[in-house]
Amino acid sequence: MDTPAPAEPPRLMVRNLSTSFPTEDGLVRSVADVSFSILPGKTTALVGESGSGKSVTSLTLMRLLPKTANAQVSGEAPFVTREGRTVDLLALGDQEIRRLRGNQLAMIFQEPMTSLNPVITIGEQIAESVRLHKGLDRTAALAQAKRMLDLVEIPASAQRLHEYPHQLSGGMRQRVMIALAMACDPTLLIADEPTTALDVTIQAQILVLMRRLQAETGMSILFITHNLGVVAHHADDVVVLYAGRVVERAPVRPLFAAPEHPYTQGLLACLPGKVRGAGPTRPKRLFAIRGQVSSPLSPPPGCAFEPRCDHAQARCSQAMPALVETGASRQARCVRVAAAGVAAAA
Amino acid sequence: MQVAALPEVDVPLIEVRHVKRYFGTKDKPVRAVDDVSFAIRRGETLGLVGESGCGKSTIGRTVLRLLECTAGQVLYRGEDIGALPAERLRKLRSKLQIIFQDPYASLNPKMRISAILGEALSTHGLAKGPGERERRIAELLQTVGLPPEHASRFPHEFSGGQRQRIGIARALAVEPEFIVADEPLSALDVSIQAQVINLLADLRERLSLTMLFISHDLDVVEYLCDRVVVLYLGRVMEVAPTAELFERPLHPYTQALLAASPKPDPLIQSIAVPLKGDIPSPMAPPSGCVFRTRCPHAIDACAQTLPALDEVSPGRFSACIRKDLLITAAP
Repeated sequence: MDTPAPAEPPRLMVRNLSTSFPTEDGLVRSVADVSFSILPGKTTALVGESGSGKSVTSLTLMRLLPKTANAQVSGEAPFVTREGRTVDLLALGDQEIRRLRGNQLAMIFQEPMTSLNPVITIGEQIAESVRLHKGLDRTAALAQAKRMLDLVEIPASAQRLHEYPHQLSGGMRQRVMIALAMACDPTLLIADEPTTALDVTIQAQILVLMRRLQAETGMSILFITHNLGVVAHHADDVVVLYAGRVVERAPVRPLFAAPEHPYTQGLLACLPGKVRGAGPTRPKRLFAIRGQVSSPLSPPPGCAFEPRCDHAQARCSQAMPALVETGASRQARCVRVAAAGVAAAA
Repeated sequence: MQVAALPEVDVPLIEVRHVKRYFGTKDKPVRAVDDVSFAIRRGETLGLVGESGCGKSTIGRTVLRLLECTAGQVLYRGEDIGALPAERLRKLRSKLQIIFQDPYASLNPKMRISAILGEALSTHGLAKGPGERERRIAELLQTVGLPPEHASRFPHEFSGGQRQRIGIARALAVEPEFIVADEPLSALDVSIQAQVINLLADLRERLSLTMLFISHDLDVVEYLCDRVVVLYLGRVMEVAPTAELFERPLHPYTQALLAASPKPDPLIQSIAVPLKGDIPSPMAPPSGCVFRTRCPHAIDACAQTLPALDEVSPGRFSACIRKDLLITAAP
């Protein structure tokens, strides 16, 4: 995985994406200058805590932010379509994005109960998207819906087709969401915390299913999660967000082996699961990142993580450090690694 | 366990005996908790783990008699709390406290922090007089790592982690001996979780608290608990000291649960085959062993008999009739 992939263009590139919301108390920059890319058939994980801008990033890319939010969006998001055209997701007209969304771009959400229509059978819901995007007639669309339920391993699919969301368990509903997302054979799936509401044994089922579908269809996945255990096993590349900015980007193994940004280091060190196997030498206290995320209305003048950072220096509070290359497809936003990077390059 | 015959010192602080809690109607009961027994020794932290619907929270509440048992007993220092008259139960409540999961729902939004903590104090007749009361509130806030000036604030002025600290302060206000912590971390972000875990560990040591720690997060349970009770569909599957349980889980369900929880390290291989199917409804649990419908080792006999919770080795209990698997699993 450390060897660079043969120059295949990324399916989606995100360049300098910023999303701000005007509020009564001033402009809130939820996402600031975020850049990353997703290769065909690969999974990029977007990691961060609540308020880090994970979901706003995905909603901005899918153009799903409500009009009433008056979001101010800037940046570019070139996406390679199935036909080989490159389109900017942020610049497309409403008509065009609607043609892509639910078709080549699909999304699954955290709470399957609130994302499915409670008064329409699940078969109808899947068939609707196939009819719309593929132009199939009712019977053909329903047959396709049944094939999708089979694909996501829902038992007795012919009967389930005519059931309503409330008749299914949480795990089954998430399978239906995935069937719905997969119905038009998307090339990019955005999964926003898809297993957070599920129990661990069900989470394992859904993750294995998503992996299988990715291997079979070659789709790319943008996986949004706060669960580092899931990231470790299901992502190829990781983007760590803090207060709306990318603080570190790296392939999964190097990231877990040697995190460069103090926030990523802290995030990995404070996991109780990391202590496993330490035996009698296990520390009595967990490492904890002190304090809390500062309010987006009054961000610190320099590095957003500076008030909580154990390695903070005077210059950290003066200006936001730049995101710099620190190695093969690795980047970090910290004055300390920046210095190291320059030294190594010299 | 012949508790009655033992001298007072050896009586567990909390003992749960054959507790059942059914909801719904008599002819169609929802068996949330079905014949659960365990004991918590003084100073011990017992973990209660399982997936949603396994009865963890219901047990937590019946232990404090916030819910009555349908059958069975909960003993505090050998005394049945289910039989206590209201007046004595109220006195006892200062010894038995709970920390809730949702720090947003468990604090009254219209009360200042001083009133929330002060109410607990005055209900139990602690900290008489305003000066004493204020001093105690300041002390409690300091104990949980909040500045005492925050006493005059309202809950909405705090973050999730800070609110959970206030929830902990409220539980500690009445100087309890025993605390039920019902998923106290699941609403918190990872970096804040670690702060609260450390706080709980410190307080437990400093105030020699006994704890029932309810969680679905196995990593946290492994870190914080001395012994673990594994539940599935209202029944106990396995009981073991924490280190041994994570080292060598005996029950097929525990094995599946541990295998399904992803470790934050890409170099540790994750499992290839997850458990099949969904958790059955507690309104119609499977006959025999409740786990048999999803168990990879189920045989015909599993549907016939309810497996007893047998002591497999000293201190280790497992409810599974496939004793043959134990031999192959042995190192």
